[in-house]
Amino acid sequence: MTDALRSQGLGMRYGHRHALADCTLSIPAGHVVGLVGPNGAGKTTLLHLAVGLLTPASGTIEVLGGKPGSGPAQLAKVGYVAQDTPLYAGLTVADHLKLGAHLNPGWDMAVAAERIERLRLDPRQKAGKMSGGQRAQLALTMAIAKNPELLIMDEPIASLDPLARSDFLRSLADFTAARQVSVVLSSHLLGDLERICDYLIVLVGSRVQVAGEVSDLLASHRMLTGVRADPAIMPPGSTVISASRDGRPRMVLARVAGPVDETAWPGGPITLEDLVLAYMSRATDAPRRESALKGQS
Amino acid sequence: MMWLTWRQLRAQIIATAAVMAAVASILSYTRPALVHLYDNSGIPTCNVNTNCAALVTRFLDELSGIKPALYFLSIGLMFAAPAIIGVFWGAPLVAREVDAHTYKVAWNQSITRTRWLTVKLAVVGLAAMATVGLLSLIVSWYSSPIDQAVTLNPRHGISLFRLGPILFDTRGITPIGYAAFAFALGVTAGALIRRTIPAMAATLAGFVAVQIVMTDFIRQHLAAPAHAIVALGTANIDGISQGVNNSMTVHATPSFSQVGAWVLSSQIIGKTGQAFQGAFTQACLGSNFQNCTASIGKLHLRQTIAYLPASRFWTLQWREATIFMILTVLLAGMSFGAISRRRVD
Repeated sequence: MTDALRSQGLGMRYGHRHALADCTLSIPAGHVVGLVGPNGAGKTTLLHLAVGLLTPASGTIEVLGGKPGSGPAQLAKVGYVAQDTPLYAGLTVADHLKLGAHLNPGWDMAVAAERIERLRLDPRQKAGKMSGGQRAQLALTMAIAKNPELLIMDEPIASLDPLARSDFLRSLADFTAARQVSVVLSSHLLGDLERICDYLIVLVGSRVQVAGEVSDLLASHRMLTGVRADPAIMPPGSTVISASRDGRPRMVLARVAGPVDETAWPGGPITLEDLVLAYMSRATDAPRRESALKGQS
Repeated sequence: MMWLTWRQLRAQIIATAAVMAAVASILSYTRPALVHLYDNSGIPTCNVNTNCAALVTRFLDELSGIKPALYFLSIGLMFAAPAIIGVFWGAPLVAREVDAHTYKVAWNQSITRTRWLTVKLAVVGLAAMATVGLLSLIVSWYSSPIDQAVTLNPRHGISLFRLGPILFDTRGITPIGYAAFAFALGVTAGALIRRTIPAMAATLAGFVAVQIVMTDFIRQHLAAPAHAIVALGTANIDGISQGVNNSMTVHATPSFSQVGAWVLSSQIIGKTGQAFQGAFTQACLGSNFQNCTASIGKLHLRQTIAYLPASRFWTLQWREATIFMILTVLLAGMSFGAISRRRVD
């Protein structure tokens, strides 16, 4: 089966600023992928590269085995909900569905109409007069009714209130449960994604910090207590991801190579939040560490 | 894609159709009186060499009420229409999608952005050309009696004749070329600048600049001029000046009165056919200008005139329209390049 998304050394620059650097990913189809990272990490750039709104400055990217945005067939396979869910302010809900029907050969009007009715959206209402939650639902409806093999969403729920957020995630969960599709959605808040994602990418400072299936990631990382972050005394083959600097007892989150001897290295499993925070703080600390080292020498 | 293009253009098309209908009804309501006045003015059967000028003057003086205002307003409308289309149809076509981020919606349906732009350019561009073409027909039809009259006597008030800068730009088929060009200029400016308001401003400035350059510097070269040699009438002498080696240089307006001709240049020549350069006449060393011009009259000087006869009107129209269509195609190509580049917003 072809990967949902595969990239090799993918990079993008705006002028001299790197928006994405050396991004190598291989995401199998069939996952709900969470792309997590702080604002400005490069999430939108990666997603724009995946839908073909941008072309890479370096490296390659393949989506469902094809070059993003390369033709009608490729475009038909990928549904996209852009950040802040832009829609045509002057067009009504019904107009948007007609737009979808005219421009997509795979359009499923029955699904679209059913969703609009269930969400109690007024078909005659103009998109410009809708709430953020309603707009997000309409944008999701358009992406779903297109019948994509891969659904890509850029912070679709960041601006929604908790109720709209919950509705949106339920809609998305219903959709993924009903079909064989892959989903990639980005957020700067892990909480949004924890409920639905089974694959995670942490992107910080234009670089991928860690990527993998959630269950694998949780199994391969441990929180060790009472050890120093010293490679000499850590479990063999393990890597320190983050270490508490002042907390007692000392806590070290480490990637481990296999089962760990509990008597020698006491500790416990981690949560997804621990993992994401550890990789984020490692990435943001890295430049600081480097400059500190330079200062010493 | 046709549906979306139509849906997005609908409001503008309806507004434009309403304006066109209003213009057409006002002009067709007032035209019969204008035609009546013209038919009874004697101009249709006048003699160019004798009474035309006087009859035209009388006809134009008799035009009253709303008719002259409509004539000049319709000229203004013909100048404005292509610019309005460029600014309000062309510039926002891509730029507003970028401003509102809706290009992310449009370009993520199962249709390439190249096809998206192709359909938009074709449909809206043809609508722009049809609109201005129809307007040109209506305005030319309404104005034909006055156009005919002023061409017979271009010295009445503003110099209006069909090859002149005002009527040429607002009659026939060149306005269609302007409309296509202004539209493509707007689209390309929008695709390059990616912000609606600056793109609108750039479109207006660019269109006005190109039209001025075309009118003042290029149009006269679009067809080979005809030449005529006429005697220099003393009444046409504007003045004299001192040339090289104390010679006398005569300045004169062209003594050329072919109906509707566009005089490009004139030169005063002597008996040999060379540019005139002679010694100052005795009278011209004095202070009486009339004695001076009379003395120049005795030199039997002539003028060579380069001009475009009125019959070249359609040749010039076709050539200018073709130039603008070529520019339109080049701009359209640039707009495709602009939207396919890696960064859009």
